[in-house]
Amino acid sequence: MLVGAAVAILVVMGLVLIRALKGPTVYDRILAVNMFGTKTVLLLALLAFITGRHDVLDIALAYALINFIGVIAVLRFFEYGGETALATENGEDET
Amino acid sequence: MSIVEIVAYTLVFLGAFFCLVGAIGVLRFPDVYSRMHSAGITDTIGALLVLLGLAFLAGWTLALVKLAFILVFLWMTSPTATHALAKAARHGGVEPKLADDVAMDDFKETPSSNR
Repeated sequence: MLVGAAVAILVVMGLVLIRALKGPTVYDRILAVNMFGTKTVLLLALLAFITGRHDVLDIALAYALINFIGVIAVLRFFEYGGETALATENGEDET
Repeated sequence: MSIVEIVAYTLVFLGAFFCLVGAIGVLRFPDVYSRMHSAGITDTIGALLVLLGLAFLAGWTLALVKLAFILVFLWMTSPTATHALAKAARHGGVEPKLADDVAMDDFKETPSSNR
């Protein structure tokens, strides 16, 4: 039963991957990769219950946090346009 | 099959359905900002229903606590990531697609454009 939901999540990941490959702007790709990571968390949670090994939930928990940090880091880099972000890295920084 | 399992599987499949709808939206919507809206569906109600269904399967165990933690982390991080993405896209010069009778000039004077 849960395998069906896992397959549906895999289909979702495939569709999102298409958007990540097509996406016209870099922000489309980041959005798709972020969603891919969220779906990975859900897939790992489903996997924990499919196999009956609830320890896999720890991996899902860690993945949720790592995914968030990665997306924020990449967004900070691209916020003011790629390489120019490196030039202003030592200057004044908002927030 | 017990009543708890029926409820659990129904919730998980509903969550998977919402994830599918969101993914189709991400694939088909015209620009970044509308795609963000569609991705938000999967991050909130999709994750909620899938994890809630699994919580019904877990019962009162440690797995329930872990599922609750995953849900709380997802619900705290995904709006933050979406906000940062919208801000980055706006500063990066991506203009939202608007209806024909709405001019983009109406949004030029927002305080966020002071850089």
